[in-house]
Amino acid sequence: MTEQKEDDVCQPGELVTDNRFKRQWVKLKRNKAALAGGMLIIVYVLSAFFAPVIFPGNPSAPNLIKSLETPSVENLLGTDELGRSILGRIIYGSRISLLIAVGVVSVGMILGIPLGLVSGYYGGKIDFIIQRITDTMLAFPGFLLALALVAVLGVGLRNTVISIGISMVPLYIRLVRGCVLSVRAEDYVEAAKAVGTRDIAILIRHILPNVMVPITVQTSLSMGMAILFAAGLGFLGIGVQPPTPEWGAMLGSARSYLFNAPHVATFPGIAIFLAVLSFNLLGDGLRDALDPRFRI
Amino acid sequence: MNEQLKPLLEIKGLVTRFHTLDGVVKAVDGIDFEVYEGETLGLVGESGCGKSVTALSILQLLRCPPAEIMGRILFEGKNLLELDREGIRKIRGNDISMIFQEPMTSLNPVLKIGEQIAEAARTHKNMTRQEAWRWAVEMLRMVQIPGPNSRARQYPHSFSGGMRQRTMIGMSLSCNPRLILADEPTTALDVTIQAQIMSLLHRLKDEFNTAIVLITHDLGVIAEMASRVVVMYAGIVVEEAPVKEIFKDPRHPYTQGLLGSIPVIGRKRQTGRRLQEIPGIVPSPMETPSGCRFHPRCSKVMNRCCRQEPPMIRLNEHRRVSCWLEAHSTVKKSQAGGR
Repeated sequence: MTEQKEDDVCQPGELVTDNRFKRQWVKLKRNKAALAGGMLIIVYVLSAFFAPVIFPGNPSAPNLIKSLETPSVENLLGTDELGRSILGRIIYGSRISLLIAVGVVSVGMILGIPLGLVSGYYGGKIDFIIQRITDTMLAFPGFLLALALVAVLGVGLRNTVISIGISMVPLYIRLVRGCVLSVRAEDYVEAAKAVGTRDIAILIRHILPNVMVPITVQTSLSMGMAILFAAGLGFLGIGVQPPTPEWGAMLGSARSYLFNAPHVATFPGIAIFLAVLSFNLLGDGLRDALDPRFRI
Repeated sequence: MNEQLKPLLEIKGLVTRFHTLDGVVKAVDGIDFEVYEGETLGLVGESGCGKSVTALSILQLLRCPPAEIMGRILFEGKNLLELDREGIRKIRGNDISMIFQEPMTSLNPVLKIGEQIAEAARTHKNMTRQEAWRWAVEMLRMVQIPGPNSRARQYPHSFSGGMRQRTMIGMSLSCNPRLILADEPTTALDVTIQAQIMSLLHRLKDEFNTAIVLITHDLGVIAEMASRVVVMYAGIVVEEAPVKEIFKDPRHPYTQGLLGSIPVIGRKRQTGRRLQEIPGIVPSPMETPSGCRFHPRCSKVMNRCCRQEPPMIRLNEHRRVSCWLEAHSTVKKSQAGGR
């Protein structure tokens, strides 16, 4: 009899778990900066998605008659040295930048998370080897590492993603390893071992979900960093190659006209700035929202 | 009583050491005991006597290095210490399982209760996800969790301490093991829940015919549950006896001290008589005293105790004790008998 009764009132348990996500959502929403960052990211994503709708036509087609025009009704942000609409190129450029951001964190996560898990969980020799490699990679500034990798791999979108992605790997390794070290010592990991769970199952089912929060935060911050690095490579002319509309490359080619047509460099610069800022704001907001120690 | 049964688990000369920066810590220093099929063996001693390390050594749940486990642990005649990683993993949960002291932290907060119980069944019994889930619900019913169907879908935070420990018991029983190592299963729970958990364990033990090694410092629990008792002190076994005899006639001064330190309700209070405590603390395993390890705290210490380690003296088939007092009295007895 009591069993039936209990069965009926057991629903609140489910509700509590909902509440956790709800509370995190509420915390994120109350953080105005994170909210603004999130909304800006949505704007970028939408513009990347609907670029052909917002800006019909080819953003890379030159129109030399209209070169270096200042902002007008026809060209809201003006035109560059080849007469191409800067707005159009920024909109199409968001596709490239977001693609790079997603690609880079994918490379970073795919390589970094397993290595971090193994390094933290097993310890010993494997840990030592992985950590010394990580140390070596961290000894270079991230951008320099990406630059060196581009020098080896060559230019282009794919190589940009790979080289920046690899320069992110040590960050993920360190982060995941650190979290695993603390989770590994938890009683429930030992309890799982005591019932004979395989190591791989312990890593994936017990440890990984418990380190997802810092990974999420790191991913948001890494995306901003990836966009900045890609723009940097583009600016130096060794990232994504022209005529592909890429923010960094746009900045690079506008450099020569900085004095007679400053708007050509300014607008792509603002696009980069806002994209990086919004990912960082969102990352900070996520950290506060997902950390159960910060209560509101 | 137990002689016709064959031992399920035999521990012979088990030594567990930890190599630390400060030196070698001998947490367990050469212990022997047996566990017979279907019995409950109580393993008692103060904190830091090596009880938990013994249990963890059996399942090799200690990180090696720094730990080093030596000796022989025979389970159904097979030495567990000779098995490789995969071999011992197949024993864990399937043949020997463990219940931990802290139910509040022994369940993973991000996994549903049902999933965690199902894990052992899926690992060892090759069940599909659905079969294992149904099995998990069945186990929850077995450990008397009301409404097991919906409870299995919940996360550990909506379970109380007692319910979590029931869940842990369900988990440890889910593959029908031959032996359960219960490491202070009720220490973290309040008294009424303790009694419930203990009676549950007792009932399930009979139902499944599982042997239990019950590690505790609660002698009341031992009196209720165990059939035999092994008393440990500073990493060694100092006395072993059937439970009734240990309460009636403790031989080792340490056992006597343990028994003397618990209040007995209803015992007439004698004027001016305090509850007896054992002075001092368990010595650090890095600096074990010379001779008998208990001599600095012993109320009956003799000269010999400081110099020579007492031998293990077998009093009869079920009893043994490691104390010079017994050595003297047996020697005297045999001398008296000889004359």
